[in-house]
Amino acid sequence: MNNEEIRAELKRAIEEEHVMLFMKGTPDAPRCGFSARVTQILNASGADYSAMDILPDPRIREELSGLSGWPTIPQLFVNGELVGGCDIVTEMFESGELAETLGVEQPARPETPAAQQPAQAPPLQIE
Amino acid sequence: MPPLEEVKERIEQALPGSTADVTDLTGGGDHLRAEVVYDGFAGLSRLEQHKLVYSIFEGEIGGPIHALSIKTVIPLGGNDGSSEAAGNDGSSEQRTEGAR
Repeated sequence: MNNEEIRAELKRAIEEEHVMLFMKGTPDAPRCGFSARVTQILNASGADYSAMDILPDPRIREELSGLSGWPTIPQLFVNGELVGGCDIVTEMFESGELAETLGVEQPARPETPAAQQPAQAPPLQIE
Repeated sequence: MPPLEEVKERIEQALPGSTADVTDLTGGGDHLRAEVVYDGFAGLSRLEQHKLVYSIFEGEIGGPIHALSIKTVIPLGGNDGSSEAAGNDGSSEQRTEGAR
């Protein structure tokens, strides 16, 4: 595969997969703590997702970061758009936004697990 | 790998008026976490806020800095003059979205 083919395959995955995770390792055997955390979150949220291991060829990561403008791995895409990396996905999961992102964007599938909304602490902590 | 103070200084210089709290997640010096308080984040999506911080270290992340974990905070304004001291465990966190 040359770089263009890699890029085309990445684009295809981003565009065609509803929830697409690029990670180090696989969901069953993540090779990095940050990738592991995102797979745990996705598993907990009950979403169907596809995952691609970027480790087999360094060009995958180069092309992916070129496409997304995001320098680190993991990278989560929903409906063709970059949601973010581990920090953002974690924050969105804790606030309940992630379920919304995974759910609202998927009107064709009403059985989407959109009900996942962790109880939140009171939003204001100003003394 | 750049020392923590250097990472902190570079963030604070690149984002005028910001305060950055940089910690070492693993003790190895290359998995860093930066909590950045910056009023210039206002109006940007969280994705854009993080990209802004990453852009300061373009080319270094994945290299000398193996990982940079980011938390961005927009200081709450009009707060009785008490400044938003950095590293306050997010006591001035922006939690405006949602409102459920």
